[in-house]
Amino acid sequence: MMTNFILAPILVHMLTAILLLFFWGRVRAQKVISIIGNTIAFILCIRLFDLTLTHKNLILQVGGWEAPFGISFISDTFSAIMVLLTAIVGWAVGIYSTSAVNVSRIKFGYFFTYHFLIMGLLGAFLTGDIFNLYVWFEVVIISSFILLTVGGKKMQMEGAIKYVTMNMLASIIFLTAIAILYGITGTLNIADISMKVAQIENTGLVTVTALLFFIGFGIKSAVFPLYFWLPSSYHTPPSAIAAIFGGLLTKMGVYALFRIFTVIFTPDDFTLALMATLAGLTMITGALGTINKRNIRRVSSYLIVCHIGYLIAGLGLYTEIAFTAAIFYLIHDVIVKSNLFMLIGVIYKARDTVDMYRLGGVLKDYPFFSFIAAIVFFSLIGIPPLSGFWPKIHLFQESFVQENYYLLACLIFASFVTLFVLARMWSEIFWKDSPKPLTEKIDRFKNFSKSGKFALIFPILFLAAVTLCIGLGASLVFEIAGQAAHELKNPSIYIDAVLNQN
Amino acid sequence: MELLLVILVGVLYAGGVYLMFRRSMVRMLLGLVLISNGANILIFLIGGITKGKAPIIQADEQHFTDIYADPIPQALILTAIVISFALTAFAIVLLHKVYSTTGSDDLDSLNIQDLDI
Repeated sequence: MMTNFILAPILVHMLTAILLLFFWGRVRAQKVISIIGNTIAFILCIRLFDLTLTHKNLILQVGGWEAPFGISFISDTFSAIMVLLTAIVGWAVGIYSTSAVNVSRIKFGYFFTYHFLIMGLLGAFLTGDIFNLYVWFEVVIISSFILLTVGGKKMQMEGAIKYVTMNMLASIIFLTAIAILYGITGTLNIADISMKVAQIENTGLVTVTALLFFIGFGIKSAVFPLYFWLPSSYHTPPSAIAAIFGGLLTKMGVYALFRIFTVIFTPDDFTLALMATLAGLTMITGALGTINKRNIRRVSSYLIVCHIGYLIAGLGLYTEIAFTAAIFYLIHDVIVKSNLFMLIGVIYKARDTVDMYRLGGVLKDYPFFSFIAAIVFFSLIGIPPLSGFWPKIHLFQESFVQENYYLLACLIFASFVTLFVLARMWSEIFWKDSPKPLTEKIDRFKNFSKSGKFALIFPILFLAAVTLCIGLGASLVFEIAGQAAHELKNPSIYIDAVLNQN
Repeated sequence: MELLLVILVGVLYAGGVYLMFRRSMVRMLLGLVLISNGANILIFLIGGITKGKAPIIQADEQHFTDIYADPIPQALILTAIVISFALTAFAIVLLHKVYSTTGSDDLDSLNIQDLDI
């Protein structure tokens, strides 16, 4: 269906950001406007998701220029899932930020940048033009640079320099790949490129271009051996920012990988073997990285890397069931990882440290909070019937059916290490008694106002409830993920939608 | 002309990669600038260089009869230049800030936070 509505969530975030400029430095007004903007965008994104599911896909040819000439926006099932996830996490973290981010950062335009970041993410998920995708990526990374560095101390600056360098390099590689792709096809529309690439006889050049894309997006989505920037930068910014980074930013790279390697390029055996191998190594190195860390935020950063491997494994197996499992895992991972970083933010406020050995006694002081944390931890490990279990079991099964035993071993190993690490985190943070006496100065969480506490706990509770719903309503989620996987596996649906729309 | 640009792109990429392998932060940034300029010229080059043929259809014709210069790469480069300009400006400010907090231009001195294993 042709509709202008597809741009509505993007415009809401842009207008909110512009409105925030007029209230520069006024903390309370910024918080209120941000919450209102996020809520409107959240409702619109749910509507967009609903419309996409009923009409199969939504198309917009910007300015009325027909498909291969103008910029197309398309929302198919996969895009709609990503938009909905962005909306859920964006809304939750937006509320969390009102209490968790300190006043000086808000005065330096935290919320303004935050809305531009979400706008860029939504744009990247909805666009159907490869150069437009590059521009949205740039919108996201420049916003993320600012969020990463704003009001930063020495440690944050150190993390930022690695993050900025690697992301700029990834963008340049992405741009180079676009240049070569434009040279061999002469078009920028993803659907049109797909048709033209299929006719090219020089397959060597196509493979090289595909691998350039893989490297560019591989840096952004933290695939082995390009992930080193992630664990050395994601633990430095405030937890609200880390939550949105950990949940959504790396997943944007994964989204682009899935899009590029299904619609534009059909990977040959070499590329698939490469992906499967790198997926396994990503899992192993990410898992090993978690074991010897004491800082729980660093452990969580390595867990992100480890679980990116699961998603790439789905791409490497390249069957419809594997895609379904990977998309389901993506849904689960975005929600749970964001929640994990928000949880850690609250723990830091309650104990003034993120060092495992100096934490403790959280269960005794905050039993309700610990109960929510338990749900998050369990679903991250994949205890049935919580959300992590269903996609994992399908990934295991599919790699078994495909006789890719290397990948199966890596999946099981990474799963086991996740269990070990989270069990250790649980016993160190929650069960163990606090090693030093708690004073007013350490437990800052108790001094928060009632509304402040609510703004910290409510988003965590909300995301935990979403996790529970995903786990308990797994059949419905499987249906939607299966629909998205079907569309990915048959790119002609996407191409027809963009080029032959009525 | 094409050959000259091909060599130029190669030199820019090679020089950029070489500079990025250095430990000095300023050199690393210069490397990034070189590579991004190389990418821009690559877009320009790969769209095909046609001299003096503007993509304008004559009034008495329906479509192009002659070869013409593709305007899209120029539009792409314009966008890419603006973006890389903004990113470079940000990176320079960041480098200055890092230098004023750590007092060092050496990338290896940025690993203090990695010590807490």
